[in-house]
Amino acid sequence: MRVSVALVGGIVLAVLLVPPLVQLDQQAVDLGAKLLPPSWSHPFGTDDLGRDLLLRCIYGLRVSLLVGVAAALTATVIGTAVGATAGALGGWVDRGVMRVVDTVASVPHLLLGIFIVAMFRPGLWPVVVSVALTHWLSTARIVRAEVLSLRSHPYIDAAVSGGASRWRVAVRHLLPAVLPQAALAAALMVPHAMWHESALSFLGLGLPTHMASLGNLIQDARGSLLAGQWWPTLFPGLFIIVPTLAIAGLAGAWRERINPRRRSELML
Amino acid sequence: MLELHDITAGYDRKAPVVRNASLTVAPGEAVGLLGPSGCGKSTLARVAALLHRPESGTLLLDGEPVRHWRHRAPRDLRTAIGVVFQQPRLSADPRLRLIDLIAEPLRATGRRDEVPDRITELTPAVGLTPDLLDRRPHEVSDGQLQRACLARALVLRPRWLICDEMTAMLDASTTAALVAAVENYRAATGAGLLAVGHDQTLLRRWCDRLLHWDEVAAAGMGKLPRASGLREPSVVPPAT
Repeated sequence: MRVSVALVGGIVLAVLLVPPLVQLDQQAVDLGAKLLPPSWSHPFGTDDLGRDLLLRCIYGLRVSLLVGVAAALTATVIGTAVGATAGALGGWVDRGVMRVVDTVASVPHLLLGIFIVAMFRPGLWPVVVSVALTHWLSTARIVRAEVLSLRSHPYIDAAVSGGASRWRVAVRHLLPAVLPQAALAAALMVPHAMWHESALSFLGLGLPTHMASLGNLIQDARGSLLAGQWWPTLFPGLFIIVPTLAIAGLAGAWRERINPRRRSELML
Repeated sequence: MLELHDITAGYDRKAPVVRNASLTVAPGEAVGLLGPSGCGKSTLARVAALLHRPESGTLLLDGEPVRHWRHRAPRDLRTAIGVVFQQPRLSADPRLRLIDLIAEPLRATGRRDEVPDRITELTPAVGLTPDLLDRRPHEVSDGQLQRACLARALVLRPRWLICDEMTAMLDASTTAALVAAVENYRAATGAGLLAVGHDQTLLRRWCDRLLHWDEVAAAGMGKLPRASGLREPSVVPPAT
C-alpha cells in the first residue's frame, strides 16, 4: 500500500515535472550514440536512433497515462450513464439496453478495439475512443446492479411519495449512491486502459510511431532485442508493469475499504 | 375518502401477497390496521400510498379512481399522501443532512421558498432540536431519525397520512411523542390516517376504528402461513 502510494506519487511527479524541467528534446537523434548500453550519461541506454531511453520512457509514460486516464474516465461516464438509465427506468428499456451490453461484451474487446482504431487515422484520440468504447460494459453492469438494489429502498419510495420526478430521484438519490462504485471502476480501469494503449501501439495501430508511447517503444525495440540489445525492451516494459501494478494496488486497497466483503466484478 | 376496493397485489403474479382487500378511511378519521408480520399489510399500505401498483382492484381518492402509480401518478395525488415507513435507517437517504431530508419534498416540488418557514415550524412539532438538523442519518438515533422522517411526511401538508409500523422500532416515550405529533397535525388540518401495525394496545388508543387483517382481506382465499419476521414474503416460496 505505502509502496503503491510512493510509486504512483513518484510517477505523477515525474511525468508532470520532468518534461518542463529538463528541457531536453526526447526526439533528438544522435546516430553517433545509437544503441548504447545503460551508462551514467544514459541511465537506460539509447535506442537505435541514439535517443535517450530514460527520457523517451518518461514521455511514453506521460502519453500512456494520459490515454489511460482519459479512456477510463470516458468509459466510466458512458458506463454510468447507460447502467443508471437501464437500472432506473427498468422494464423493456433495461432489458433492451442490457442485451446490447451482452452483445458488445460477446465480441473480444481487443478485436473490437482494433476495429475501432482502424477506422481512424493514427493518433491519440482514436486510441482513447477505442479503449473507452470497449470498456464501459463492466461499469454499466455494476452501476445497473447497484441502482436496481437501491431502487427498492424505502428512501426512494419516500422520494416518490414526496413528489420527486424520475430525473430528480436519479440525480439526487441514485447517482450519488453509485458514484463511489463508478469512481472505483474508473481507477481500476486506468491500468487496463494503459495496457490496451500499449497493445494497440505495439501492433502498429495505436499512436503514430514518432510519438513516444510505451507500446511504440517496445515495438521499436523488437529488432534490437534479436541482436542482443536488451535495454530498449526491458526498461519500457518495466515502465508499463510497475506503474500499472502500483495504480492497480492503490485501487485494490480502495476497493477493500469501500466494500470489504464483496469482490468487485471488475478484475484486472 | 380513501377507499381501497378488492385490492390484489404482490410481487409475483402467481402468488399475490394481498388478496381482495378492501378498506376505507373517511376524511379526518384514524383507522388502525392490525395484522401479523408478513401478512401483507405493508404492501397494502404501499398500494394506498400510490407506491405499488396492484394487480387488480380500485383505489378511490376523494371519489376519483387512481389509474397510475409511482412516477406515473400525478404529482398532486402522490403528495396528497404522506408516508412514514417502519425503518428510519432505510427510509432516509444516508447522504442528506436531516434539514435536507425534511426539505427535500419542498425542493422536489419547486417550493424552495417555503423551506425556512416549514423547517422552523416542523422541528419543534416533531420534537427535534435545531442542532440535530445539520447531522446526517448515521449521526442520530433511530428515534431522532424517525422524527425527521415524520417531519418529511408532513412537510407538504398531506391530506392523508399512512404510518406503516411507524413506531415498531422505538421506545415508549418516542412512540408517544411521535403519535402526539401526528395527532396534533391531524387536529390542525383534519387529515385522515391509516396506521398499520401489530401493536393492538397502541393502535386501540390511537385510532378511531380498528381493523383486523382478516376483516380487510378476503378470508379463506388460500392464504398460507409464512415464517414470521420476513419482510418480503415474495422472496420465500410459500410452504406447500
